[in-house]
Amino acid sequence: MNIWIEQQRALIDFTLASLARRKARNLGLLAVYALLVFVLASVALFSHALRHEATRILADAPELILQRMVAGRHDLIPPGYLEKIGRIRGVQKMEGRLWGYYYDPVIKANYTFMVPTAGGVERGTIVIGTALERVRGLALETGISFRAYSGKLYSFVVADILPRDSELVSADLVLMHEDDFRAFFEFPAGHYTDIALSVANPQEVRNIAAKLAAALPDSRPILREEMLRTYASIFAWREGIILAILSGALLAFAILAWDKAAGLSAEEKREIGILKAIGWETGDVIRMKIWEGVLISLSAFLIGYVAAYLHVFRAGGVLFEPVLKGWAVLYPRFQLTPEIDGLAVATLFFFTVVPYTAAVLVPIWRAATTDPDAVMRS
Amino acid sequence: MIFQPTIIALLLASGLGLAMLLAAAPFAVAVIRHWDIRSGAERQLQLERRTYLFSTLLSFVLAVQVIALLLFVFNADRMAALFVGAMCAVGTLNVNAYGFPALILQMAIFFLATVWLVINHVDTRASDYPLVRIKYGLLLALVPVVAASFFVQLQYFLGLKANVITSCCGSLFSEGSQAVSGDLAALPAGPAMIGFYVVLGMAVAAAGYHALTRRGGYLVALASGSALVAALAGILSFLSLYIYEHPHHHCPFCILKPEYNYQGYWLYIPLFAATAAGLAVGALQFFRRVPSLAVVVPATTARLAALAAAGFLMFTAVATLMVLRSNLILFG
Repeated sequence: MNIWIEQQRALIDFTLASLARRKARNLGLLAVYALLVFVLASVALFSHALRHEATRILADAPELILQRMVAGRHDLIPPGYLEKIGRIRGVQKMEGRLWGYYYDPVIKANYTFMVPTAGGVERGTIVIGTALERVRGLALETGISFRAYSGKLYSFVVADILPRDSELVSADLVLMHEDDFRAFFEFPAGHYTDIALSVANPQEVRNIAAKLAAALPDSRPILREEMLRTYASIFAWREGIILAILSGALLAFAILAWDKAAGLSAEEKREIGILKAIGWETGDVIRMKIWEGVLISLSAFLIGYVAAYLHVFRAGGVLFEPVLKGWAVLYPRFQLTPEIDGLAVATLFFFTVVPYTAAVLVPIWRAATTDPDAVMRS
Repeated sequence: MIFQPTIIALLLASGLGLAMLLAAAPFAVAVIRHWDIRSGAERQLQLERRTYLFSTLLSFVLAVQVIALLLFVFNADRMAALFVGAMCAVGTLNVNAYGFPALILQMAIFFLATVWLVINHVDTRASDYPLVRIKYGLLLALVPVVAASFFVQLQYFLGLKANVITSCCGSLFSEGSQAVSGDLAALPAGPAMIGFYVVLGMAVAAAGYHALTRRGGYLVALASGSALVAALAGILSFLSLYIYEHPHHHCPFCILKPEYNYQGYWLYIPLFAATAAGLAVGALQFFRRVPSLAVVVPATTARLAALAAAGFLMFTAVATLMVLRSNLILFG
């Protein structure tokens, strides 16, 4: 075993020296390779971080939301609905929620107006999200007026600004008192936007949803796990689409690698010829060339991956943001939590190293089987 | 659901492997028909040269297939979140009829590939390539398996529909289930435990004995094969219970989940490596009489047997540790 290790060490040593002799060429290949890894790894890291963020946020969402439908459209929950549902075994808490959208013509964006179920906002005051603070230039204790859909003007005082950490979910949020909300939207008394239910046992959720659908045929239960699933598949699908589009680049890279490996310079050919003349076997030359591939692959992978990590988690993934994140006028600014996923690394490895190796095998073999005398005579 | 990164990677690996094997097939036929080491003819020289290319190519393809098995299982586990009713890899594999066949074919390729790689390794160590015909014959036999695996995987991934309600491991691996999985799960824990330790002990003993004395090679393969079965039966019937600390959860896939700290990989990786090494010992026994391999084969099988013994020992040790550390009390 020791001899084998020594042998490989000597081979690596030789390979490194031989790579260093052709710096420009190999650095060029390394740069292209690393760039490819960088692009693919950025996509993978970015979408994984987004998925992770979505899961983290939805972890605190209610397990079940009940909406009422009229003619296939979302409608208000009329009075008496909560009572009609009554007590369902397994439901810990059930409450009507009040929220709605408000279009602000000043900045041409939608806000989400909401009444916190726990209360805590005084009449005449609002609590706003950070994106709103930024865009409208608001500060604590300043006043702001909104023209309601009825045409009346309502003024509020900013009592508090939501913490920056929660920006991903609260960027466009405006929290207000229930009475203000009902007056602003002229919301009929006793009505709610939807009903949130919390369920203790995750295995009960489907049963409860089935019971709700049976008790209230005009309602639509929305499960948290369904939302999670949708997010997971949407992000994975977006990532997959980008990868599929980038597969053209992958193919180009494989061709480049093939070409680089096939186009042996006269000097390289002579080198192999001499090696074989002094007793190297074809197998040894192949092994050396494979080490060359391994060294280039690993360096490129490492460089590309680290660069992608910095790009996504330090620079905010500027290059792929529009595709992966989507956009909005009031888009939250958020820092993604650095997350490295073993599966994504393995996938990326399959995407880059496998095609590269497959592309260079034939040229390597061709180089390794050259006859020493043919080379040296030419 | 083909636009999932890992699925694309798996299909890429599988498709590339199949393409390379198909490219190698005409060469394999040529070797089988015309190989003659004593001849100095042009064709023989050509063939000898090309063997370098194809054995490197195939080592690469098969090595990729070995890693692909791990990726396949890991991905199946991860994708469980996308299907209603799935809680682990079982649910994902159950989405359509091709899931489990895809896994089994991938496992078959894993064992066949490792055996082929070992034979290839031994063959290149001898001066006169005594196994070249056998090697390429085996390769031709491998082509349909890899093709079937690619086809089944493609069907499986194309048929992954998010609206299918799949069944969870709880229904497949329960005592009441009619399938083999149910029968294994229903094995009483006491006898299963005794059988588990006896068979694994025998496998360790056989492999250790061969490593030391270089005798009983076929026995190693037989013991390794039985050890794989006994180990899987043991995981189903009692080990899983100890890991989950739950007297009725028999699933062999949930132990791969992050919730259980990926403990399953500590079991499966040594187990599969040891079984593959043990099977390779048996496969090499056919060639120990070949004159030019008289030194190489025993040395290689001894090393493989040592690896198998170490792997089974590690598997048993990890399993025992899991039982001892668990809070579940099955007996007493």
